[in-house]
Amino acid sequence: MEDALGSVQRALVLGGTSEIALAVLERLARDRCRSAVLAVRDPHAAAPAVERLARAGIDDVTTVAFDAAAPEALPAVIDEIFDAGDDIDLVLVAFGVLGDQADFDADPVAAGRAVTVNYTAAVTSGLATAARLRAQGHGTLCVLSSVAAERPRQTNYVYGSSKAGLDAFAQGLGDALEGSGARVMVVRPGFVHTRMTEGMAAQPFSTTPEVVADAVAKGLGQRRHTVWAPGILRVVFAVMRHLPRPVWRIISAR
Amino acid sequence: MPTGADVVAAHHPDDVLGALADAGPRGVIARGLGRCYGDAAQNAGGVVVDDTGATMFRLDPATGICTASAGVSIDRLLQGLVPRGFFVPVTPGTRFVTVGGAIASDIHGKNHHKKGSWCDHVLSMQLAMADGSVRTVTPEGDPDLFWATAGGMGLTGIVLEATFRCPPIASSRVRVDTFRLRDLDETMQVMADTDDRYDYTVAWIDMMATGRNLGRSVLTSGGFAAVDDLPAAEQAHPLAYDAPVLVDVPPVFPSGVINKLTIKAFNELWFRKAPVRREGELQSIPAFFHPLDMLGDWNRVYGPRGFLQWQIVLPFGEEERLRRIVERLAVTGSSSLVNVLKRFGPNNAGMLSFPTAGWTLSVDVPVGRPSLAALLDELDEVTVEGGGRTYLAKDSRVRAELLEVMYPRLDEWRAVRERVDPDRRLRSDLGRRLGLL
Repeated sequence: MEDALGSVQRALVLGGTSEIALAVLERLARDRCRSAVLAVRDPHAAAPAVERLARAGIDDVTTVAFDAAAPEALPAVIDEIFDAGDDIDLVLVAFGVLGDQADFDADPVAAGRAVTVNYTAAVTSGLATAARLRAQGHGTLCVLSSVAAERPRQTNYVYGSSKAGLDAFAQGLGDALEGSGARVMVVRPGFVHTRMTEGMAAQPFSTTPEVVADAVAKGLGQRRHTVWAPGILRVVFAVMRHLPRPVWRIISAR
Repeated sequence: MPTGADVVAAHHPDDVLGALADAGPRGVIARGLGRCYGDAAQNAGGVVVDDTGATMFRLDPATGICTASAGVSIDRLLQGLVPRGFFVPVTPGTRFVTVGGAIASDIHGKNHHKKGSWCDHVLSMQLAMADGSVRTVTPEGDPDLFWATAGGMGLTGIVLEATFRCPPIASSRVRVDTFRLRDLDETMQVMADTDDRYDYTVAWIDMMATGRNLGRSVLTSGGFAAVDDLPAAEQAHPLAYDAPVLVDVPPVFPSGVINKLTIKAFNELWFRKAPVRREGELQSIPAFFHPLDMLGDWNRVYGPRGFLQWQIVLPFGEEERLRRIVERLAVTGSSSLVNVLKRFGPNNAGMLSFPTAGWTLSVDVPVGRPSLAALLDELDEVTVEGGGRTYLAKDSRVRAELLEVMYPRLDEWRAVRERVDPDRRLRSDLGRRLGLL
């Protein structure tokens, strides 16, 4: 059960080995979080994540198999997780693939698979989660979107468009849940230094999982519907969004 | 946290029993006027029984014994009791609490040092039990269930009706002595010295003052006036009673009006306007007892994010710890306007009842600063180390692990609950959050 300052006691992470998600859980462990469920592609490979959480103080961790490449199976997995334990205060949608635009150009089927993971699987599991949170009468669905959702870039527009769809879905779901006790918080990080972005040239205002985690914790306490990480990106993108296309084309090409 | 639940209006005991019988896996909790500051009367995903439709009460004017439905508020009781020469046994700073809520929180007021808390005055109650029966529970007949229900946060059964003793009064005015006290030492000294002389006493404390002004306060103490004390013109109607809500705070109070500067200015003004010492001033019941009710929806001044209340009691002898707490709150500028200090008398037999002999400090804390959670956790620790506790009726954030240290009779309470509600039909958000269920 969340307390008045937004501290959660039990969380579920879809995409449980995500570095951002683990940083969020570590941050929440400093308050009241003592229990977590990690939904991961391969539970056998999740041991390091479980150990990391135990060190942070979350000693009640279970892992569940969850394959975002097969969205049809996800609602049943979500139901099993909710049926198996106590109330879940926070559900983090943290799975996703970045991919490489040049590879996608050469392999349209691979691009479609990435969109299935980033968008379709998030919609399927998001709706299944929302139904459970609504029945529970409380809880936050926290969706890791991206600043890439704000405006497509020629260098990663397959990823950007999938996040744009996810972002729109999450906003609409949040409005639909108003008054139910359940809510949605959309998180839009900028360029985060993680495994997913390893070897890539950092973008301006690049950040770390820890900064995103702090922003998420603060957003939960303040019951925000949208969180930018770092916060300055909200202002940056208020401008970027309205730049003329030819200007944006040049800026976004790097 | 606001949560979603189905609300069932209960006008008749059968409605309550029906809700209990139909309780799904998320259970049922009773709710009155919603003046608990936390989540005690919320039940996410379950059923909330709104008791406020049941508003019957009767008074035996020969004995002062009153029997009231759970949904009757102290406001309504006073309208009936005062003109007939009686007062409620205990009243908190708002009169918009119900008889059911008064039992569930075992509420206290300015007379705790002499008269104890609400349930000390309850002779019997009718309790709708989780098994569908209705039991008359008395301190003699089933002391365990009675004292598990007193302060039991509504988790042992749903109160349908209670019978309690009301004290007689000669007039509806209170003779009030006011003392302006320059720091925490003087406050605690004067309170310790003068408590015995007054039936009702509490100190408003300036929680923004630091340094040599730390803990400065305005102590108001009094007792009901005799007819002779009243001005000649009022002696013909000594029991006249009127309790209007004066002003509603507009729904869109600009956010941020309450900030460190305005709070500091307000507190300065409030302290300065109090006389250094004034004796025998006559005040009305609402002015003396219910300052919070002067403004309708007063909580709105805190803006949309609101505030939380933090109330503790520390045993006598732990004055240094109390000073540390006051100092931390003052130096960090964490609290705001409605902060009170009072000396409690001895505890009663309530297993989860809050009051126990010592100093109780209650502060309003505007929510917003990210450092607040850690500060309050730290002050909880200081409280527990001193053998103190926080008040569940006001709690919205205490660490669950501290509960059994604060309330050493928690296991006894759990045993009673196991006996009367083995299927866990009675549930609340507070219960979930603190692992009480």
